[in-house]
Amino acid sequence: MYLVQFLLLSSILFCIGVYGVLARRNAVLVLMSIELILNAVNINLIAFGAFNGAQIPAEVFALFIIAVAAAEVGVGLALVLTIYRNSKSIDLHQVDLLKG
Amino acid sequence: MITAVASMVSAPVLGAVVAQNVFFYLIAAVMVIAALRVVTTSNIVHAALYLVVVLAGVAAQFLLLGAEFVGITQVLVYIGAVIVLFLFGIMLTRAKVGNEDGLDHDNVIPAILTAVLLVLVMGYAVVDFAGDEEIDVLGNSPTTVEQVSDSIFSTYIVAFEAISVLLLAALIGAIVVARKE
Repeated sequence: MYLVQFLLLSSILFCIGVYGVLARRNAVLVLMSIELILNAVNINLIAFGAFNGAQIPAEVFALFIIAVAAAEVGVGLALVLTIYRNSKSIDLHQVDLLKG
Repeated sequence: MITAVASMVSAPVLGAVVAQNVFFYLIAAVMVIAALRVVTTSNIVHAALYLVVVLAGVAAQFLLLGAEFVGITQVLVYIGAVIVLFLFGIMLTRAKVGNEDGLDHDNVIPAILTAVLLVLVMGYAVVDFAGDEEIDVLGNSPTTVEQVSDSIFSTYIVAFEAISVLLLAALIGAIVVARKE
């Protein structure tokens, strides 16, 4: 297998995630797109680790990223829930309290 | 004669490499299609279920690269916990289960342009940087859970403690933010 296979797959997933973040207006779908981006990064880490023969540090940092992503989803969904409770909608167009 | 022997010796290795590539492209195709469905489907529950396919594909790629422990953790944490969290979020914020309008912005052309431009730039950079670098997964020494845990609890102990505190802070923060007054 070539390194570039994994890097290209990860770039494509990353860009699909970026598209999701930009194009979706439902907050939960935006969080899902962010998960796509984080997973793309993890593929990169593991692929470079296998390529360099430094698998252990790569795996450790991939595990750390998985932990951070789980924490991020927990807090993110709590915020979405609070927004829903306050404005009865999670349409990101309507979250404009700070807009001047 | 010598080449025949050599081909007999290397035949299993070659077969393994071919199998690796076949599975890589199969899984990658499924992942990309499912990821596109995640960001385009008009049913928010389907989006969560397509996300399961993508995350399982990522776990399979980890296994292909010889990172078994990370692959299993991916299945446990993402498919086991994060997806359930997403489904709870969907359930608590939207009673409607089914197709609905208004999930996308009115004008998605700039988003498509940005994503395509980004993939072109990144693809060019990646191919230019690593065009013919090979990953020798079969030649790598297999990693054990023991090695990973030894590394976490010695070399990366500070990062591990930081992650622990972060998880605790996120847990308490999520409870405080989402709690009813």
